[in-house]
Amino acid sequence: MNAPVFPVGNEKGCDRPILQERGQREVFCGLTSIVWLHRKIQDAFFLVIGSRTCAHLIQSAAGVMIFAEPRFATAVIEERDLAGRADLHDELDSVVGRLLERRPDIKLLFLVGSCPSEVIKLDLGRAASRLDAKLRERVRVLAYSGSGIETTFTQGEDACLSALVAEMPRMADEKGARLLVVGSLADVVEDRFRVLLEGMGIPVDFLPPRLSRDLPPVGPGTRFLLAQPFLGETARALEERGAKHLPAPFPFGEEGTTAWLGAAARSFDVPQARFEDVTAPARARARAGIARHRAALEGKSIFFFPDSQLEVPLARFLSRELGMKPVEVGTPYLHRKHLADDLDLLASDILVSEGQDVDRQLDRCRSAAPDLVVCGLGLANPLEAEGLTTKWSIELVFSPVHGYEHAGDLAELFARPLGRRGRLRV
Amino acid sequence: MQLTVWTYEGPPHVGAMRVCTGLEDVHYVLHAPQGDTYADLLFTMIERRDRRPPVTYTTFQARDLGRDTADIFRAALLDAYDRFKPAAMVVGASCTAELLQDDPAGLAAAAALPIPVCPVELPSYSKKENWGAAETFYRLVRTLAGPHAPAPGTPRPARAAGVRPSCNILGPTALGFRHRDDVIEVTRLLDLLGVDVAVTAPSGASAADLARLGAADFNVVLYPEIAGSAAQWLERTFGQPAVRTVPIGVGATRDFIAEVARVAGVDASAALAEAGSRLPWYSRSVDSTYLTGKRVFIFGDATHVLAAARIAEEELGFSVCGIGTYSREFARDVRACAERLGLEALITDDYLEVEAAIAALRPELVLGTQMERHVAKRLGVPCSVISAPVHVQDFPARHSPQCGFEGANVIFDAWVHPLMMGLEEHLLGMFRDDFEFKNGAAPSHLGHAPEAQGARAAETAETAAPQTGPSWSEDAEKELRKIPFFVRGKARRNTEAFASERSIPVITVEALYDAKAHFGR
Ligand code: SF4
Repeated sequence: MNAPVFPVGNEKGCDRPILQERGQREVFCGLTSIVWLHRKIQDAFFLVIGSRTCAHLIQSAAGVMIFAEPRFATAVIEERDLAGRADLHDELDSVVGRLLERRPDIKLLFLVGSCPSEVIKLDLGRAASRLDAKLRERVRVLAYSGSGIETTFTQGEDACLSALVAEMPRMADEKGARLLVVGSLADVVEDRFRVLLEGMGIPVDFLPPRLSRDLPPVGPGTRFLLAQPFLGETARALEERGAKHLPAPFPFGEEGTTAWLGAAARSFDVPQARFEDVTAPARARARAGIARHRAALEGKSIFFFPDSQLEVPLARFLSRELGMKPVEVGTPYLHRKHLADDLDLLASDILVSEGQDVDRQLDRCRSAAPDLVVCGLGLANPLEAEGLTTKWSIELVFSPVHGYEHAGDLAELFARPLGRRGRLRV
Repeated sequence: MQLTVWTYEGPPHVGAMRVCTGLEDVHYVLHAPQGDTYADLLFTMIERRDRRPPVTYTTFQARDLGRDTADIFRAALLDAYDRFKPAAMVVGASCTAELLQDDPAGLAAAAALPIPVCPVELPSYSKKENWGAAETFYRLVRTLAGPHAPAPGTPRPARAAGVRPSCNILGPTALGFRHRDDVIEVTRLLDLLGVDVAVTAPSGASAADLARLGAADFNVVLYPEIAGSAAQWLERTFGQPAVRTVPIGVGATRDFIAEVARVAGVDASAALAEAGSRLPWYSRSVDSTYLTGKRVFIFGDATHVLAAARIAEEELGFSVCGIGTYSREFARDVRACAERLGLEALITDDYLEVEAAIAALRPELVLGTQMERHVAKRLGVPCSVISAPVHVQDFPARHSPQCGFEGANVIFDAWVHPLMMGLEEHLLGMFRDDFEFKNGAAPSHLGHAPEAQGARAAETAETAAPQTGPSWSEDAEKELRKIPFFVRGKARRNTEAFASERSIPVITVEALYDAKAHFGR
């Protein structure tokens, strides 16, 4: 199989060759995002309609089992369901009934589709509206798909948030402009962004909210910033409801965060001086935090296996603010429009690859022998055993890494494996 | 549909992966969507394997459905063969591909690869991980050893004089609970008996090793969940007897030695005379007196549960108060064991049911899996892990077998250390008011704050439960506080039950001690 290398379009950020791969992918499916979404939305429950594999995936991706009873579960489809001996919708109703009995605190229930539920064409959208009509007083019921045949890892969040967009109340005041920050962020990060944006006088909401009843309003007055690069569907759904996307690089590092906040500031006509006043102290802290790790990372080569779709903005941050040399930036899916600014800031000789053929990519990685490899948990130890230094990419979605105050922490995540290798004498 | 939060077993293809990953040169082509590749991390992260599992996933997507998923499978099969040059291959489907009915077996046969290809059909919607491992191992053994089978009815040729008897050790897989160390221990034990190990499989064996399984004199079935069906086929086909005693615990290890000696026709006295385990003496040591009658709850896979029940009752002097397994295939054995103990076995793969059973029984020690460890932690009960599902902690750096005499030593330590130590326990009980002990202090060797907190939380929750029955006098309440926290909840409940039965409206110190005398064991 020869992977074609071809230039895509001529829009901004798109005039670089992208290596397209269509072989074996070594990436989680969208169900995985439940691991952080169920913590983010504190009154929501995620019920996967799937197989034992799906249940096992979430359990394994959660790494260690979580002590408290988690707000997710799997309704495991069994042989009798497939053989038509049980009506799937009746079964689902009874599972939901049992679940709500156990968890009276739940206010929002997601029915999450999986590969098996899609292949057997179980209409979860219909099931959700039926249950929603029945239970509305007590709990809202929504559906989305996290299946591996349709979504890759973080795209599960995209599917979940786009289901939420339909539920957002219409903005009462058609004229009043509000900013919406889209994508789940660690609570500390969200709080910092709120302080900065409100400091500039920008009224801001966040999607997803911490409690489902606090779903922010949306309308033609809404201007939104994406906090994550994997939210294509959510952005589309918001645009359909009249919201306007503010294009910007993603808020990683001092440069990215400044440009991202700057896009909001421009849109809300914040005077330059006020923007400087509000951001200057945090920018200085971010620069200092990053500088601490520059010596460890400068000039080091780095290779990204596709995983969270954060790869392009992270490569931009690491190359421009820390002097690292990306060799290949693999991403499972490249949203060319949303990533246009980041791609523009990424030197044109850096190979960006989309999709995967894991064995061929491992060959490229071995022959490039980079100083640091960013990859999933299935590849990390085997590559370490071959003598490469790795950073597991899943930590990048499980840690607070956005914004000024965490720019240093983000750099540290990459410096740590190199520092560790330097220390060990065994 | 079954509502599941945590599962004890993965899907059956994960069992197949455990077999293929244990083998040296067998590659598995699995028709599956991309998310199923998560299974790799079980091996690379939990077991810390230094290589990727030998698995190629086809990772078909929605856009491929109904068009070319079969082509994708065929291409993946040929690519995997070219790249990895395995000695044999296993082909199959995971849950999603099972629904597509692309027929991996037929496609593989049509590809006519120059190596043995073993199709393994694993019904994902009814079977689970261990079943998948057993089925895969059985299919591989049949495929590879089958061509070397003697004509039916051919008697086994007698072993040549002066040649040591040999056996195969069957059952250890990748990601198995202490399999790595059990194999070392059992191999040593067999050597002591004068028995050579011809092949250990699946872990560590090559396809060529599987082909020569029939040559050994007999088989040791170390883990019946995985090797039971393969051993049965070998017995039928090659006339190889199977040693089925699993040598976990001192008594079982002795029985194992006796069984091997009988089957191999060797003298067991040397192996039996070897002092072997410290467990018998440690258990007789007076400081173990406090272990007497400790109520233990046992849950896990059938092999480890059955072994644990025997050790608990016969070798440590505990009382088993509850027992169960998630291995439905072996439910009968566990039920029989429970019956001998005067109990009813809990056969379930719903961890919430297990949690409820533990909460109701209030055991003093839980022997379970990682799930029960979490449950026990929440309830403030000591726990030791005896069975898969595995966790990174179940692959300790040190040698830590369960089998053989050394395994019995490991078990003694692992089960006894989480319990209260003799004298310290008494002192804690006697001087609750010592300000340094504080309320709810745990002995020094249990210095984990979270566990002590968990215990306190459990007790507080109990204390705070709405009171409808008799009330407590202030003195009696004070007296109750002097009782160690880990039995306080039970004392409270017993006393209240005692008072209700006798229509005592207010519980006094007197009533508290009357109840203690009534329930005292
Ligand atoms: S890839 Fe599909 S079948 Fe596999 S875990 Fe994800 S949703 Fe379930």
